[in-house]
Amino acid sequence: MTPRPSTLSAPWLLAGPGALFFIGLVLLPLALTVILSFHAYDHSTGIQNTFTLSHYVAVVTDEYYLEIFWRTLRIAALTTLICAAIGVPEAYILSRMRDPWRSIFLLVIIGPLLVSVVVRTFGWSMLLGSQGLVNQALQLLGLPSARILYTETAIVIALVHVMLPFMVIPVWTALQKLDPMVEAAAWTLGASHFTALRRVVMPQVTLGMLSGSLIVFGLSASAFAVPALLGGRRLKMAATLVYDEYLQELNWPLGAAIAIIVLVANLCIMLAYNRMVEARARRTLG
Amino acid sequence: MAFLTLERVSKEFGTFTAVRDVNLTIDKGEFVSLLGPSGCGKTTTLQMIAGLVEPTQGRISLDGHDITHEKPNRRGLGVVFQSYALFPHMTVAQNVAFGLEMRRVPQAERTERVREALSLVQLSSFADRYPRQLSGGQRQRVAIARALVIAPPVLLLDEPLSNLDAKLREEMQFELRRIQRKVGTTTIMVTHDQAEALSISDRVVVMEDGRMTQVDAPYRLYEQPSNTFISSFVGKTNLLAGTWRRSGAEIGGVLLEASAPEIAAGTPVTLSIRPEKLLLRDAGAGRLDGRVASRFFLGSQWLFTVETSLGTMTVTIPNQGEEPPAEGSPVSLDWSPANLRVIADTAAAA
Ligand SMILES: Nc1ncnc2c1ncn2[C@@H]1O[C@H](COP(=O)(O)OP(=O)(O)O)[C@@H](O)[C@H]1O
Ligand SMILES: [Mg+2]
Repeated sequence: MTPRPSTLSAPWLLAGPGALFFIGLVLLPLALTVILSFHAYDHSTGIQNTFTLSHYVAVVTDEYYLEIFWRTLRIAALTTLICAAIGVPEAYILSRMRDPWRSIFLLVIIGPLLVSVVVRTFGWSMLLGSQGLVNQALQLLGLPSARILYTETAIVIALVHVMLPFMVIPVWTALQKLDPMVEAAAWTLGASHFTALRRVVMPQVTLGMLSGSLIVFGLSASAFAVPALLGGRRLKMAATLVYDEYLQELNWPLGAAIAIIVLVANLCIMLAYNRMVEARARRTLG
Repeated sequence: MAFLTLERVSKEFGTFTAVRDVNLTIDKGEFVSLLGPSGCGKTTTLQMIAGLVEPTQGRISLDGHDITHEKPNRRGLGVVFQSYALFPHMTVAQNVAFGLEMRRVPQAERTERVREALSLVQLSSFADRYPRQLSGGQRQRVAIARALVIAPPVLLLDEPLSNLDAKLREEMQFELRRIQRKVGTTTIMVTHDQAEALSISDRVVVMEDGRMTQVDAPYRLYEQPSNTFISSFVGKTNLLAGTWRRSGAEIGGVLLEASAPEIAAGTPVTLSIRPEKLLLRDAGAGRLDGRVASRFFLGSQWLFTVETSLGTMTVTIPNQGEEPPAEGSPVSLDWSPANLRVIADTAAAA
């Protein structure tokens, strides 16, 4: 039997809308940004129609930009680490809960996703400000007030809050796949609770944790609202830097070059990391 | 000598009593089955022995020591879970070695014992596979090897064969019995399959609603069930309700000769007779006349349902190579009175 023409074209027709959407909203703007980043820029006349690599050279040689990239990397890595440290036990406890509580706590964890990041970040700036709740509490206890707002600490705290669900959910999913009796089996074979966790539960959790880390790292490294509101004017991260180049300096080509560099760096880190995840997956659970 | 003892063991989950007042004594080397319908508390009982569930009341002792509150990792019992609960990220050999590793058995001895355990369950060539690369029957054997390699005083099996298809299941029943005979480990197996319990155990413990209602050798359990639930749960049977008279039971105005000591005349009773103990005779030649309602050929035997004045009776007769009476033909049922089992009604007895 020969397939009719309509069945041949069906996959294309079905994939078409999605592909068009992707091309129009992702690939096209990206291509334009890449092209823009090679345009020369002059402070008095604006964007020139001449090709130049100067923006890239400027970015990778200027201490100022490198420091911001380094900070972005540091904050994203720290956020990922803290999310893993909090999120993994949280997911484990969640997976061991019985049903009414499990649903309630899952909602508590996912709930914040329903509130805009901007609103939540404003909340943190009120809590952490010089007259905020945290400092009032410190004063009540007779401790010196701390400057938290407009520091990297504030950014990390808020980012952890925003990113935690992206760690808990993949770990929780991984744990769901683990037969709860497996842990009991380890006990009956002589393992202590701690050994059973380390030898039997952790390997299962690792995969979920690794993919959760990938999401958290990627989102943290490109976060905009949190560093913009909690980092102040001085403490910039990659996304706020790009924003400033575009809207404050009006140097679009430079902003584009930074955006591309951040994108490529993020991509490299994530691909390398994913390799690790995949290699590990093949070795243990493949 | 009593090796494992459960004394008045109960387990309550909130207000719900899952296991009630269980007393059980198991000898060394015995193979005992816990048999009962789903939800009757078999798994809970097994897990109390394993230490995974703490009894609300009662005492469990092993070889003279009270282990009621001992942690599962200190009891050293071998447990095979219903889901097998193999470690998915470890190979078959690593799974089996885990218990030895926890006991700090030296590497050389460990390798040797894993090899032995795997050859016992005939999986030597699968040592480097992962559980997901194995069939159900193979996984089950890995679980048995993993539990046996630590040389446990008692092996606990929770419905080990329930995930297997019929044929494999039968093979594994023999396999299980072979392994148990060879190693001589005291074994307790949970099952809801009466045929399985009867075929491989030394003794069967019947549980209903968290209670133990009969503990007997398979043959005695089948021939002398202590209540009507057991008589119909263990094997097939015909039940007839009636009243006890001095020399037999009166059912629907007919007096059926039977013997049962210690039952007062006038007590309501249930008569139980197994389908294979009923004989099919020509009409008028037996004790109870009837008509063949349906006839099924099962290969080695024929299964009849016969309409009689006392109700529909199920009869099985061996296939002797001759065509038995057709559907609709008048027949008569006969039996030996010794095969009529009289059970005093629990409602009246209580
Ligand atoms: N952890 C628990 N919490 C509450 N009820 C339970 C728990 N475990 C078992 N039960 C109840 O106890 C009864 C017996 O369970 P179980 O021992 O698993 O039965 P079986 O293995 O005979 O099918 C069931 O009604 C079950 O719902
Ligand atoms: Mg069960």
